Amino acid sequence: MAEISTGGGGHSAKKGQPKKMNLRVDFTPMVDMNMLLLTFFMFCTSLSKPQVMDLVYPVKDDQILNEDEKNKVKDSKAITLLLGKDDKVYYYFGKIDNAKYQDYNSIQEADYSPNGLRAILLERNADAVNQMIALKRQKLHKEINEADFKEMSDKIKNDPDGQVVVIKPTDESTYRNLVDALDEMQICSIGKYAIVEMSEGDTFLLQNYLTKGVYGSEREIPR
Amino acid sequence: MAKIKTKKRDTFIDMTAMSDVTVLLLTFFMLTANFIPIEPVQVITPASVMETKVPDYNVITVLIEPGGKVYLNFDRPNDKREILEKMGARYDITFSEQEKTNFMEPTTFVGVSIAQLKEYLTLDMEDQKNFLRQTNGVPTDSANNQLSMWIQTAKSVNRDLSISIKADQTTPYPLVRVVTSTLQDIKENRFSLITTLRNMPEGF
Repeated sequence: MAEISTGGGGHSAKKGQPKKMNLRVDFTPMVDMNMLLLTFFMFCTSLSKPQVMDLVYPVKDDQILNEDEKNKVKDSKAITLLLGKDDKVYYYFGKIDNAKYQDYNSIQEADYSPNGLRAILLERNADAVNQMIALKRQKLHKEINEADFKEMSDKIKNDPDGQVVVIKPTDESTYRNLVDALDEMQICSIGKYAIVEMSEGDTFLLQNYLTKGVYGSEREIPR
Repeated sequence: MAKIKTKKRDTFIDMTAMSDVTVLLLTFFMLTANFIPIEPVQVITPASVMETKVPDYNVITVLIEPGGKVYLNFDRPNDKREILEKMGARYDITFSEQEKTNFMEPTTFVGVSIAQLKEYLTLDMEDQKNFLRQTNGVPTDSANNQLSMWIQTAKSVNRDLSISIKADQTTPYPLVRVVTSTLQDIKENRFSLITTLRNMPEGF
């Protein structure tokens, strides 16, 4: 334990000379205590703060899309994602029309892996993605500053001719599916997306696909 | 027989350097780490590539556990006190000073209906946890939507509060929708989802 040993010993010291003190303090208990504190801190704290994903939901009254937005969705640029159960996602392009109701293969299946949903979105949104990559490279090389970067990336993402994604989570999907889908928007530089509830037509298409046309043959096509 | 003379060696190790290192590490942890907040249920949030951090203050946390129970917390003790008083006035319940102080604790989540709140606030921390396990969280059904009441009251107390939803990744979507549509109903259509960080995939 902490000791202050007097070095040498009596006989070697000359008379009259002050005793040489060896002041050596044992730090072991100090280290013990520090280690304890350290372990406590490691268990009770988290280094990383959680992240947030900001969302803006439409106000309920205008849940029904206005004329302008309707036109956009009609556009072939629009892609609708139906988040199904068991981590599956189903998608179709453009708006629902009669041909889609007739053919149960009008919607396709994908998953949340890089080769699934992301590959499709990247292909559809290649322009914006490439611009974003170029922009990020510029930022990395300090050619543009933070504010410019923000402004320019906003511009790319909100390009009026850009990809529009409508996310429709079904009742069987989980919260994780929703966040994954939103995350893909971020990765694929899609600025225009919305979370919308499933419509009758979407349910019809999905059921028709899952039952390979049986559902559709038994029911009337929704308007 | 000759005695084998073992040389007496000094086994004293100088721990000063070691102590230096540990103190350094300790300082690092103390300065950078933030305490894991104690929550009534442990939820695992999904991961996203978003890099925006949770704001430091003025946050309403809406916690959704996998079974759909909703818990609520506000981060400023003074706000909490005022919110409780206002909610009490709205539902004709008077809370004692002790209950108010109890409510101001950062670990006290609103996790019960307002009728049970008085009973809940008399309990200590451990009993509160058990109590929450037996109850159904803040009522969110359309006939008696106390979640919207709480949030509206909170907003009237402090305009700057921002809402973040923290839900478990396995929560079925309809249970999350209950909360988001409640927020939409009271025109709080700007909120954030709490996620953990995951790295941006290669090449983006």
